[in-house]
Amino acid sequence: MTYVLECHDLHKAFGDLVAVDGIGFHIAEGETYGLLGPNGAGKTTTISMVTGLLERDAGEVTLDGEPLTSSTTEVRRGIGLVPQELALYPDLTATENLTFFARLYGMPRPLARRRIAEVLEVTGLADRAGDRVEKYSGGMKRRLNIGIGLLHTPRLLLLDEPTVGVDPQSRNAILESVERLSGEGMAVLYTTHYMEEAERLCDRVGIIDHGRLEAEGTRHELVQMVGQRDRVRLTASGPLETVSTTLATLPGVRQAGVRDGGIDLIVDDASALLAGILATVAEGGVTVSGVDIDEPDLESVFLHVTGRALRD
Amino acid sequence: MRRALAIAAKDVRERIRDRSAIVVGIIAPLGLAAIFSFVFNPIQSFSFSATYAVVNQDGGPASTVFVDQVLGAMEASGAVDVVATGSVDEARRLVEEGADPFGSGEGVDGAFVFPAGFSDLVQSAQPAGFEVIINDGNGAGANVAVAMARSYASQLDSVRLAVATAEHLGDTTDRLEAGARAAAMPQPVDLVDVPAAVKQLGDTTFYAAGLAIFFLFFTVQFGVNGLLEERNNGTLSRLLVAPITRPTILVGKMLTAFLLGMVSMILLAIATTLMFGAEWGNPIGVLILIVAGVVSAMGIMAVVAGFARTAEQAGTFAGIIGVVLGFLGGTFFPIAQAGGLLATLRFLTPHAWFMQGLGDLAGGNLADIVPSVVALLLFGLVTGSVAMVRFRKGLQP
Repeated sequence: MTYVLECHDLHKAFGDLVAVDGIGFHIAEGETYGLLGPNGAGKTTTISMVTGLLERDAGEVTLDGEPLTSSTTEVRRGIGLVPQELALYPDLTATENLTFFARLYGMPRPLARRRIAEVLEVTGLADRAGDRVEKYSGGMKRRLNIGIGLLHTPRLLLLDEPTVGVDPQSRNAILESVERLSGEGMAVLYTTHYMEEAERLCDRVGIIDHGRLEAEGTRHELVQMVGQRDRVRLTASGPLETVSTTLATLPGVRQAGVRDGGIDLIVDDASALLAGILATVAEGGVTVSGVDIDEPDLESVFLHVTGRALRD
Repeated sequence: MRRALAIAAKDVRERIRDRSAIVVGIIAPLGLAAIFSFVFNPIQSFSFSATYAVVNQDGGPASTVFVDQVLGAMEASGAVDVVATGSVDEARRLVEEGADPFGSGEGVDGAFVFPAGFSDLVQSAQPAGFEVIINDGNGAGANVAVAMARSYASQLDSVRLAVATAEHLGDTTDRLEAGARAAAMPQPVDLVDVPAAVKQLGDTTFYAAGLAIFFLFFTVQFGVNGLLEERNNGTLSRLLVAPITRPTILVGKMLTAFLLGMVSMILLAIATTLMFGAEWGNPIGVLILIVAGVVSAMGIMAVVAGFARTAEQAGTFAGIIGVVLGFLGGTFFPIAQAGGLLATLRFLTPHAWFMQGLGDLAGGNLADIVPSVVALLLFGLVTGSVAMVRFRKGLQP
């Protein structure tokens, strides 16, 4: 299978400091891959090597099977970069910023006009398209920053911590945009140190620390990897003991017991099993008044894998 | 090339939008040229004046011609006041004391003393002489007196020589007649004084051109500092990830500098010509000099940008270098007239070559500007090469 992006054994050192130490991963079409790690873990260095902004000490990067180096200009057409810092021309309007990058990517004029209109619409900047960027709010600038990365409809979109310093409303808009793009078939590499973002957006997550990829997989796989399970608590009334015994026999249910007017369960994947659990409870004549699910998160996975908290 | 042009067009639009290039490239030099032109022109209209005493104990034709025609003509023009005195002692006293015989505030700068029998000696081809009394401290007036006396003595020598030659050859013509004929003969070597305005730039043109080349170095900075500003904006990473080569980015930035420099210089040349009457010279020669000047400015300022870490640092360095080169190059005053080491050192600056080129163009033809053009292009080539190495290193992944 040819992935959109494949990275093998990437290495980068700055003097004695090893920034990236043997990282490798791949991203398929329509997949969002998250690099989750604290500041200084090596996320931006990895993205810089993928884009050719930094020379690799060792390793290989391919885009749709084509080797990516700093000199392969045409292959880079398939990449859209959203840098961590704002990368805009403040004296120009949003339209002028987008027009400049459209020319830089050699987009034909009609296509450029259409894409600029689409990007302005998607980023919610159509009404302010003629205003200079310096007059925009921080959130608007962030959205335009992402819009420029999307303009030429790249095969691979690289977002380097795009929500740092963003207000909650803009942050949510950014996350929705990424979800939509992934749904449209774009491969996305998303770096973050926010566990919630990685859980919400990413099909697979690579946990990175001290330049090494410590673990990789879907959220479920990562949780499984560290041996943790979801906890489900049903606040209920009726024949609790009988139903609890029945529930314990369901596939994926590891443990079930009655406690404090309810049933506590330990399951492999709460979201997948919840419908079956509720059906069994209803068949057993138990009335459920509340459901609480406690899923082990990536924070606990990170703690388990690296021995320290994500925000240390 | 289209993408390099896109980068240049974007840069120029930014510079126009923030007005910085317009202020530095056009308004500031134009404003200063206007001020300099208005301030210095009255000084240039200053005219020579002096007061001379005359003691004519001769009264013959040789002394009378000098007093009536030479000094008389200058007196009639208002440049010179002449006071006749009866004795040499009185004349010497007037000069030494710097007396003010007319109450005009000007002392006597010198005195001409023609002894009795002076004309006879001249007409008989005998050795003759007259005195000029000056006070060393009287400056230009005294120097002019000496120059006038020498010039007249030289003419008299020609007459005496002609008369003596005629006699030697057996000419029996009357000595007075021979002397008159000799005096009427044209001089064998005729020195034609070329007006200064033809050999060097007029004041208005000097300040217009000087300020234009001075500010050019700051104008091109908006282009050559482009990479540092892209880095500052965070947009350099976007350019480097785009499907363009790194040299394309450099070409785009250099195009920006070239365009801004050319537009600034051409507009200034046109504006100072129309507004202040500056005379830049043959348009083709001026255009060639402007192109060469812009190239040299780009090269030097690119080196500055290449060694700076931030746009602000580059601006500081460029300010210092631009001012030093501008002053040394004589853009604010004609440093060539200072003579000595400075007059030689000025050719270490492109500014001096540019001004030299314009001066050569004013007094000659297109071919005369070749040395200046070559020197300017060499400045650009050498410094530009150093800058390119620095820039390419800075763009390496």
